[in-house]
Amino acid sequence: MISLQANDFELFDVPVQFAQDRAQLDARWKTLQREAHPDRFAAEGTAAQRVAMQWSVRINEAYQRLKDPLKRAAYLCEMQGCPVQSESNTAMPAAFLMQQMEWRETLDDTTHAEGLEALAAEVAAAQRHLHQDLARLLDQAQDPVQAVGQVRALMFIERFMQDVNAKLDRLT
Amino acid sequence: MALLQISEPGQSPDPHQRRIAVGIDLGTTHSLVASVRNGVSECLPDDEGRVILPSVVRFMPGQGRQIGFEALKAAATDPVNTIASVKRFMGRGLKDIANISKLPYQFIDSDAGMLSLQTVQGAKSPVEVSAEILATLRYRAEDTFNDDIYGAVITVPAYFDDAQRQATKDAAQLAGLNVLRLINEPTAAAIAYGLDNASEGVYAVFDLGGGTFDISILRLTQGVFEVLATGGDSALGGDDYDQALADAAMAQQPTLQAVTAQDKTQLKAAARAAKEGLTQADAVSLSVSLSTGSLACQLSRAQFEQATQHLTQRCMTAVRKVLRDAQMAKEDVQGVVMVGGSTRMPQIQQAVAHFFGQAPLNNLNPDEVVALGAAIQANQLAGNNAAGELLLLDVIPLSLGIETMGGLVERIIPRNQTIPTAMAQDFTTYQDGQTALALHVVQGERDLVQDCRSLARFELRGIPPMAAGAARIRVTFTVDADGLLSVDAKEQLSGVQARIDVKPSYGLSDDQIATMLKESFTTAQADMKARALVEARVDADRMLLATRSAIQADGHLLSEQDRSAIEALMAALQAMLLTEQEAQVLEDATQALAKGTEAFAAERMNYSIQKALAGQNIQSL
Repeated sequence: MISLQANDFELFDVPVQFAQDRAQLDARWKTLQREAHPDRFAAEGTAAQRVAMQWSVRINEAYQRLKDPLKRAAYLCEMQGCPVQSESNTAMPAAFLMQQMEWRETLDDTTHAEGLEALAAEVAAAQRHLHQDLARLLDQAQDPVQAVGQVRALMFIERFMQDVNAKLDRLT
Repeated sequence: MALLQISEPGQSPDPHQRRIAVGIDLGTTHSLVASVRNGVSECLPDDEGRVILPSVVRFMPGQGRQIGFEALKAAATDPVNTIASVKRFMGRGLKDIANISKLPYQFIDSDAGMLSLQTVQGAKSPVEVSAEILATLRYRAEDTFNDDIYGAVITVPAYFDDAQRQATKDAAQLAGLNVLRLINEPTAAAIAYGLDNASEGVYAVFDLGGGTFDISILRLTQGVFEVLATGGDSALGGDDYDQALADAAMAQQPTLQAVTAQDKTQLKAAARAAKEGLTQADAVSLSVSLSTGSLACQLSRAQFEQATQHLTQRCMTAVRKVLRDAQMAKEDVQGVVMVGGSTRMPQIQQAVAHFFGQAPLNNLNPDEVVALGAAIQANQLAGNNAAGELLLLDVIPLSLGIETMGGLVERIIPRNQTIPTAMAQDFTTYQDGQTALALHVVQGERDLVQDCRSLARFELRGIPPMAAGAARIRVTFTVDADGLLSVDAKEQLSGVQARIDVKPSYGLSDDQIATMLKESFTTAQADMKARALVEARVDADRMLLATRSAIQADGHLLSEQDRSAIEALMAALQAMLLTEQEAQVLEDATQALAKGTEAFAAERMNYSIQKALAGQNIQSL
């Protein structure tokens, strides 16, 4: 029987792997919330509402993690005994860091929205590339150690993307 | 001969089985109450047939009050005691209020908490003033149905922060309403619109009211209303357009000034009338006699648009931001639903049409649509529409976080997270031997604490002395389905805990509410004790009913032993239901039943989730 302790994949009844069908996740999420959302129990006792709240929170947590490639990859690494430890482990390959520095300079020097959008597109392409690589490492090669390195790279890139978007916000 | 009535299939024929639930739109300029009757959501009129209640409360010498149209009429002659647009003050301190010199009221500041207003009946908090409006609507509904109200869904601007939501819930409690849920105004509008038009796809709801602006992006699929992102400005609305037009008029005769409270109220009223005139006409004349002389001028629509361009610009900036948050392009938006009386202004219609490249949808009454949607949700929450397909998946509008060293904000829950939600983060101590931790909870998008709204402060004490950085303090933020926050802090090694329902700094304490209840009109004539007993009976009855239907549906999940334990608790409660005279005794027995059914409730939930998953698998085969 499924319980609050089930992992995200079990809860959503999807295969334990990086590749996921987003439409299926969305549909599962709604199916589960239809059963568990506190609104369904508003006319019942406090006990039922509290349980509903716990379930609903848990379902949202799992959905947030499953639908986001970065969080999903980090979760899979952790499940396979390789936690990402982003606070303590920040060592990255030199080539990657060079690329980051170049991007940072471009971001600082760009004052037009078109230039920033071109940069955003380049970063997005790098993101997609990492997603593909993670699918290969986690689903085919079964190599969580290598995957952890790519997860960290993805974290850097996502943070940079936020900065690009923040600057776009200011310009438009 | 009168025709006999036959109820719709699936709807309870017995009026006592049907719970009366209402939706209330507590607006800045006016408020409405709606309910689902015979399967149709409709606004309830007063005894003169008017559905709108101006959100105006006048306190008169002695005990008297006027609420609505009567109060509105008195605004010009008794401005200080006639409180309008009180929603702008909910959960707010004096420093939060813009243009304070242009308002006719006497404000009282309090250091940490909500401001209040000095009236002939003494200081009144915005919560009390709002409670008067809510109670008036509650009486209207009770008179309409000639019965008690089971519960209400109250709408709030999506962009309301925690303090403003809590203040609204407090006001409802003070008005004697059982709050089934607080829901966001644009989401309520989307329910009314989506169900009416059988819409599917991505929609934007543009809601410009009297004092607040919300923009929400929703995805509608088979009865599920999923909010993708919400944004706006909780201090931007038609009031600001009135003020800008008033300023423009005054600028034409620079020697004049609006000094007295009466001047300010009359000028504002004249500006509002001029604004409404400019919806149809290209030019209107405005005249008002002030204590410093008579103001008379012509105002054109072009002048109005010019004077309010910065306000319209603020709306459109929020629209762009919310689309980015929703990760949607404007081309993805299938329709833009216009809500709120202020969307009647031509410059708003034009700005929205221009931005989205399509004509906005105006086919619902922008004044009523929020209350109508709230009533539909209330009906479902009350259990009248058990087979209902409606599901709301709403989000929190603003990020929630905690103050860290250096006055910086560490975000714990980012904005636009689907609620209910819980998120945790670990913190540690700064000094060796530190035994206590001060936690400051804030809401907002800025990085510095001083730029965010302070929600609450509390302390975690009794941490065993350790080296700096050794303690592991897990702070968990939980936001419930009403969008209200509670915070837990626990030191992981020692197990020391602290918990807070976030309300002290801007909300009211339970004691304050109890005092207000005692003093308020809602209970002045009623015996507090009798009221408590009635409430305890209703609760007991509700609990018995819920347990009975749970056993009926899923009794097979119970062991013989558990079942008889629950039945014994039910029998004990049932036996005292009508005879017990002490509210506390009834409450205790209800509580005992609630506790006794907790495990069963958990089991049922697991079972239904399992069933739902199985159903999904069969479908996908």
